[in-house]
Amino acid sequence: MVQELLQQQASELTLGPVLFNWAPERWRDFYFRIADEAPLTTVYLGEAICFKRAPLFDDFLDAVAERLVASGKTVVRSTLSEVMSKQERQLVADVCADPAVMVEANDGSALSHLRGRPHHVGPFMNVYNERTMAVLARGGAGVICVPPEMPKEAIAALCADAAELGVAIETQVFGRLPLALSARCYHARAHDRHKDSCQFVCNEDPDGMTLRTLDNQPFLAINGIQTLSYDYLNLVGELQDLETRGVHRFRLSPHNCDMVEVATTFRDVLDRRIEISEATRRLAALDIDAPFSNGFYHGKAGHSWN
Amino acid sequence: MDARSYHRPELVCPAGTPAALRTAVDAGADAVYCGLQNETNARNFPGLNFTPAEVKQSLAYARARNAKLLLAINTFPPAGKFAMWRDAIDHAAAIGVDAAIVADIGVADYAARTHPDLRLHLSVQAGASSPEAIRFYCESFGIRRVVLPRMLTVAEIAELHSQIPCEIEAFVFGNIGMMAEGRCSLTNYVTGTSTNMQGVCSPAGSVQYEEDAAHNLTARLGGYVIDRFGCDESAGYTTICKGRYACGARDDAYYAFEEPVSLNLSALLPDLMRAGVTALKIEGRQRSRAYVKSVVAAFRGAVDDIMAGRDAAFTSLLALTEGGRETEGAFPSKRWR
Repeated sequence: MVQELLQQQASELTLGPVLFNWAPERWRDFYFRIADEAPLTTVYLGEAICFKRAPLFDDFLDAVAERLVASGKTVVRSTLSEVMSKQERQLVADVCADPAVMVEANDGSALSHLRGRPHHVGPFMNVYNERTMAVLARGGAGVICVPPEMPKEAIAALCADAAELGVAIETQVFGRLPLALSARCYHARAHDRHKDSCQFVCNEDPDGMTLRTLDNQPFLAINGIQTLSYDYLNLVGELQDLETRGVHRFRLSPHNCDMVEVATTFRDVLDRRIEISEATRRLAALDIDAPFSNGFYHGKAGHSWN
Repeated sequence: MDARSYHRPELVCPAGTPAALRTAVDAGADAVYCGLQNETNARNFPGLNFTPAEVKQSLAYARARNAKLLLAINTFPPAGKFAMWRDAIDHAAAIGVDAAIVADIGVADYAARTHPDLRLHLSVQAGASSPEAIRFYCESFGIRRVVLPRMLTVAEIAELHSQIPCEIEAFVFGNIGMMAEGRCSLTNYVTGTSTNMQGVCSPAGSVQYEEDAAHNLTARLGGYVIDRFGCDESAGYTTICKGRYACGARDDAYYAFEEPVSLNLSALLPDLMRAGVTALKIEGRQRSRAYVKSVVAAFRGAVDDIMAGRDAAFTSLLALTEGGRETEGAFPSKRWR
């Protein structure tokens, strides 16, 4: 009975934060179009990768948030994924300062600020099991986006306890997989610079900088201190399976392609308006220069397609 | 320098096997750290690690020689498999190890609630790199010591020391992974086994070497070429983050993340000790007994020299570093980033 109720629950599509260094006007216009046209319920907003980029978008942040809210979307502020310096700590403190603002914690410092009030926990936090989820739920976590390497069995086991704790589990279903973080900026390194003198060279690569193997095989994508997969995660064929296992929040990670089309396609599948084959055809027609993968979900190598 | 301005630091040394543990203790380790033979520790390599009975015997050996034993239970249990980590914590408490080194919030919570007398150290795998994050773990689970990520400068460590309610352990020698610990799934992306959930990193068994007619050696992991060595280059222990790749910004292949170097902070020991570091950690549970003996003895001598007000005389540790090359990593300056 409970299982049936869970399955009847309406699934939501969300949009993760833009992980890349886009030109501020383009960043604004991207979100304006998302606000006006994309069938999403929640949009995560804010810099998750590099504190140096955050001021670039400050001028447009309020306007973007207002437009999203006006279109009926919930805005959640994302925090930095790696926090160590004074500036990084200050940025996290600032994002968490207003108790009226819903925030997604991406590291332990944000958790320390948010403990005791309702918040989200992001995919950069390591929430792998029921006990970790329970601790965070006691601290106020209501939505937890699991790490992308979680296999389906573990996701299902987590979901089995989530409802009782008042937690909704979210999984990424589209976009390059966040694979690693470092203290070092690999964009700066590729250009023989240091993080402090990077001159924002990461703005040359709106979907990340492709790393190829010595056999010229595309392998990874560099985004400042972050390393992502070259492939794009695509779980459009697994949505129904995810719902059966108790997941009802699905996150799209923004890219340079037509994200309104991506959101519409996933929404159409969730609403059973189109078949998987039609969704696959639409997604394959996107301007994406990389293959799709879904290996992690199936407990296989992340880059594989099953 | 005035020796009185230093606290005597604990020298924390790696033990991949009971024999290596005895070697480390005999060479002057104040504490040794080890793991069980399963997915509960971040060096889950074939042929390494301890049975619970071996932990118990090794603890007796260490105690008799005034050394401590720390048990690393520092991976992240996936939902549905928590029992293995619960059992590891129960073993640690029953055996009476000096501390358990934990990373997962759920494991820390289980340990703190079930075994309040078990001393907990926060593993580098937890990725706690700010005072706020460290305080979160201290306040939630009574963490007594944090093992710092290898990304802070000595000046930043000194500042951190005054802002947290626990001891600091810092790496001083050994392999330096380039990705933030506990936040890297590159190995899983390539091989299907997870560093966080299974304790496996670029597993040697999955690396294939192919030699061509010109004696160039190509290293592949899970089908991806991660490096190629000319016949005049030595092929070290190859990991994804120490491989060579190509990108549009450069004409030639380059070490996109880091070169195959080892961390060696021997020259910075006095600075680290002044910065308030309680424990100096040597990496290398996967290394040989001969390696452990040489490195531990060298650092034992150096710490004792500094405490006695002498300049630390290091016999060259360079021969023991990866590919014979060493670095001070992030520790001296922010320019490393």
